[in-house]
Amino acid sequence: MQHLWLIPTLPLIGFAVNGIFGKRFPKSTVSAVAVGSVVLSLLWAVKVLAALGSLDTPHVEQYFTWFQSGDLRFGFDLQVDRLTAVMLMVVTGIGTLIHIYAVGYMAHEGGYARFFAYMNLFMFFMLILVMAANYLLMFVGWEGVGLCSYLLIGFYFLKQSATNAGNKAFIVNRIGDFGFMLALFLIVIHFRSLEFSVVLPAVSGKPEETLNLIALLLLVGATGKSAQIPLFVWLPDAMEGPTPVSALIHAATMVTAGVYMVARSAPLYQAAPLAMEVVALVGLATAVFAATIGLLQNDIKRVFAYSTVSQLGYMFLAAGVGAFSAGIYHVMTHAFFKALLFLGAGSVIHALEGEQDIRHMGGLRKKIPVTYATLMCAGFAIAGFPFTSGYFSKDEILLAAHHHHPWMYWVGVVTAGMTAFYVFRCLFLTFFGDYRGHHHPHESPWVMTGPLAVLALLSLGGGFIKIPQYLQPVLPREETAHDLSLVVIASSAGLIGIALAYYLYVLKPALPDQLAQSFRGLYRLVYNKYFVDELYDAVFVRPTVTGSRTVLWRQVDVGVIDGIVNGVGAVARIAGGVLKLIQSGNIRSYATWVVFGSLFLIVAMGLLVVNTAAGGAR
Amino acid sequence: MSFLGWFLLTPLAAFLLLLLLPREQEKTIRVAALALSLAIFGLSLGLLAGEPRETDLAWIPELNIRYHVAVDGLSIWLILLTTLLTPISILISWKYIDRRVKEFHAFLLLLEFGVLGVFAAMDLFLFYVYWEVGLVPMYFLIGIWGHDRRIYAAVKFFLYTMAASVLMLASIIYVYQRAGTFDYPAILAMLASGKLTFTSLEQTLLFLAFFVAFAVKVPLFPLHTWLPDAHVEAPTAGSVMLASVLLKLGTYGILRFCLPMFPTAARENAGWIAVLAIVGIVYGALVAMVQPNVKKLVAYSSVSHLGFVILGIFSFNQQGFDGAVYQMLNHGVSTGALFMLVGYLYERRHSLEIQDYGGVSTPAPWLSTVFLITTLASIGLPTLNNFVGEFLVLQGAAQADFRWAVFAATGVILSACYMLWMYQRTFYGETPEKVTHQMTDLNGREWAAILPLLALMVWMGTAAETFLPRISAANRLILQQTTVNVPFNVQTPAPRPDVAAKEIADAR
Amino acid sequence: MQGVPLSWYLILSAILFALGVAGFLFRRSIITVFMSIELMLNAVNLSFVAFSYQFKQVDGHLFTFFVMVVAAAEAAVGLAIILTVFRNRATLNIDEINSLKY
Repeated sequence: MQHLWLIPTLPLIGFAVNGIFGKRFPKSTVSAVAVGSVVLSLLWAVKVLAALGSLDTPHVEQYFTWFQSGDLRFGFDLQVDRLTAVMLMVVTGIGTLIHIYAVGYMAHEGGYARFFAYMNLFMFFMLILVMAANYLLMFVGWEGVGLCSYLLIGFYFLKQSATNAGNKAFIVNRIGDFGFMLALFLIVIHFRSLEFSVVLPAVSGKPEETLNLIALLLLVGATGKSAQIPLFVWLPDAMEGPTPVSALIHAATMVTAGVYMVARSAPLYQAAPLAMEVVALVGLATAVFAATIGLLQNDIKRVFAYSTVSQLGYMFLAAGVGAFSAGIYHVMTHAFFKALLFLGAGSVIHALEGEQDIRHMGGLRKKIPVTYATLMCAGFAIAGFPFTSGYFSKDEILLAAHHHHPWMYWVGVVTAGMTAFYVFRCLFLTFFGDYRGHHHPHESPWVMTGPLAVLALLSLGGGFIKIPQYLQPVLPREETAHDLSLVVIASSAGLIGIALAYYLYVLKPALPDQLAQSFRGLYRLVYNKYFVDELYDAVFVRPTVTGSRTVLWRQVDVGVIDGIVNGVGAVARIAGGVLKLIQSGNIRSYATWVVFGSLFLIVAMGLLVVNTAAGGAR
Repeated sequence: MSFLGWFLLTPLAAFLLLLLLPREQEKTIRVAALALSLAIFGLSLGLLAGEPRETDLAWIPELNIRYHVAVDGLSIWLILLTTLLTPISILISWKYIDRRVKEFHAFLLLLEFGVLGVFAAMDLFLFYVYWEVGLVPMYFLIGIWGHDRRIYAAVKFFLYTMAASVLMLASIIYVYQRAGTFDYPAILAMLASGKLTFTSLEQTLLFLAFFVAFAVKVPLFPLHTWLPDAHVEAPTAGSVMLASVLLKLGTYGILRFCLPMFPTAARENAGWIAVLAIVGIVYGALVAMVQPNVKKLVAYSSVSHLGFVILGIFSFNQQGFDGAVYQMLNHGVSTGALFMLVGYLYERRHSLEIQDYGGVSTPAPWLSTVFLITTLASIGLPTLNNFVGEFLVLQGAAQADFRWAVFAATGVILSACYMLWMYQRTFYGETPEKVTHQMTDLNGREWAAILPLLALMVWMGTAAETFLPRISAANRLILQQTTVNVPFNVQTPAPRPDVAAKEIADAR
Repeated sequence: MQGVPLSWYLILSAILFALGVAGFLFRRSIITVFMSIELMLNAVNLSFVAFSYQFKQVDGHLFTFFVMVVAAAEAAVGLAIILTVFRNRATLNIDEINSLKY
């Protein structure tokens, strides 16, 4: 026993303490509890992994039966294997840095204890998600992180836009979870278990259609959580939350849960070729689609949000072409540089007292130099600049894509170019040129810049942690020929993107507006994110709400069903109203009824007697 | 007479005792009612340990009617839920009920008496008596202490239930004519041994008669329209008891009586009933989404949740049954808590319209936290109670027919929509002036009432094994009983008569 | 058997009963209506006694006594009611005493 349970439980304790007593604590105590619990969790994870050594086989710890019905048993069981180990380090490591950063970022915000309580709760669920030994427990973490995401997006609950975004995130995620749950039911039907150790080795004997269906339904879940087409719409709105939340939940950890889940189910996907193809296509389409939107956004956090969607698409592409370990590799490097991008953006926003529009920034290079330097590191990493972390993982993915279908590689390369372009567009607009705003920028305190520096180092050098090799026993990959020309092409796409951004936004700042004028229709389409939100609203949301209100409620429920019920009552009432007239109160009318009734009876009985007599006589 | 036999009479004794108290001393009455109901709850915990849990005495020997009561895994938790919610209902009425206090508490205890009897009765006649005893106090609770349209709601509730239960009475008498006894285990034994057989037509008609009586109480779409009216008009305690306990009488009855007595008919009709249940799930959720009145919203959400229970039952497998029974308990806990919290809001703001609220989180953070947890429980967040039930029900449904699970699972999405939207409009945003000075945070009494339910939500969500084994055991037996005399199902081996007899003996 | 044949009694009884019915239906005064009821009862009594005599059985007499007792009780209660009605309404016309309805 390595007491794996301590890893998620420590943040849970932090949540409970801050959630219940946080209001009475001074801020320092709240931060100590929150950061301390995550640091302890990280340390314990390191200790466990050190003790477990090479982890050639999964280490499973069974704690107690959650529920059991008939032949089905679902347990609170945790496991650690190499895949989990990577995720564990990413989650606790990045989590620790972001918690420290948030101490500085949130210092002047209300609801300090509430914020850290939610963050700790998120850590708990995220750790459950990556450490679960069965799909159901994974689903617990899955839904739990969705809840925390909802709570933190809606953290500024006085703002309607924030709570709307929270609702949207939760509900869209629920649509994904709907698919996930259906997949779980199918798995149970066909495998009678949800344990990874039972299900995954048994896939070989099952019919392919079944596996395809299961894998596709799981993918629905993944598209919800990891913001892929068609369920990506919630992630850009999720930027309503405080920036550390965007960094931790909506960039580094939670949104990669879908990739983790697909990688975890790798044997299942490998046995389901159709589903694999769909995963790759969804990933690729999302990567391109989101990258184009990212080209024209002006809110610094939204640019990075679309970038996240696009990068997640890359990871799905990796999984879809069979390079699961490359996907996880990118999960890790992306966690480094995207967390850094968001935290840096947070530092910029912090410096400008809440300004998020890059059109009102500019020239910040000298005013906030640490932020500038670290953000540039992240920019180079995401652009795939040679030997930064993004370079390694992106190459792994693109090479695998080329191996699968060459055209996927080329699309990926174009996307990489766009990525480099929009990230650097954003950075140039922020840091170069002249300051266009009217605040007094100031550098952030060391609790914020410290984590930035650590992440900058990781963004630059993190690629030397060779995840695919480490994951080889869990997620074997096909050796692809290391074609140097493909690598060069991919890297140069990134460089071209950077150069183009430099040309357009530093050298010729007037040109972009002219271009926008000349391609007005296209510009507006992309600028408005292809009107996807409006489309969903018009096709799904409005008809459902209006139809429920007018047809189902007012017409069917009140009109038809209750109409029938009240109608039965009314009929009884009317019948009574008619019959009561007999009760006239006039004695002689009663007497008349009696006389006629008696006469009727006498005649009837007389006839009966006569008939019987006649019958007897016959 | 065993412990159980006496125990079931304690609420009646408490009721009579309360009637003896002078009506002016309202404080004494409240304290006495609370103490008595707490004592009853304490006694009911004894049922978990006490053996034997059966009493079988002659009641009206001329007609072979017996005072036959028993408790098994199906009823034990429902009984505990009832005894727990009665003191809670008294607590939440402490300030809310300010007129005719004595009658109110007396009726609550009488209601408890009737409901406990329904859950324990093993004699069809006794069952029917308890069934009607439970109906009357509820009628008065709505009719006397309700809101503006209380008379309409109370009469609607009464007539709906009464009309349907008359059908059940006729069927009970018919079964008595054929079997010569009202004793339920005896009837089951006769059915199992073949001494008593129903023709196909008889089974179908009897099943339908029983089923309609229970379905109205559930309520199953499209027999649900009494529920929103009754909930909106009822006082908080009435809503809580109605949602948490009375609705369970219907689903309990289906599982206890409809299925084992008429297994063939039940299986033959499972298809369209499951479809109605699914329609109820989706329809209830959609209509709940657009309600401007928060109590109506919760009422329609009940229609949706109870649809899950029916779906689980008519999946005819272990997971479906277990999930259905667990879901009954879950709904009792979380929807009961929701109605309590809505009552708390009403006591402060004197309105049930969502638009009269907004920004409640700022003046009353704990109230909104508790409300949020309850909301999350209600939409089936894992680690809170409803998830386990919903998961098992949907799993069972998927095993019966995968399409059922697909359509029913959309209810999971929709529940998030209506609940979170309601929560947003009530608790988030800027706080209007009026709300600010009317909203206070929870006080000690309110905490005392809601905390046990919160604890149960977490407990039932994470440690379902406390409850499920007993439920599973009872359900396994019912599942076997429904597979006895199924002529068209050749794969199922008929259990040997001696085994069946032993199981029936165990069931007592 | 000598004497008056049974049919005569029955015819007389029928005539008396019909008179009672007619009186009940067509008269307005409660007192008259009341007396018509008595007349009907006595018509029935007559046929009872006639049958009883015809078949040499005592049952008819028994019933006659019953009817007489009931009639006496009815007279007592009925007259009391009529008296009260008259005091309250100052009329004995049954067409005007019809408030007990619906």
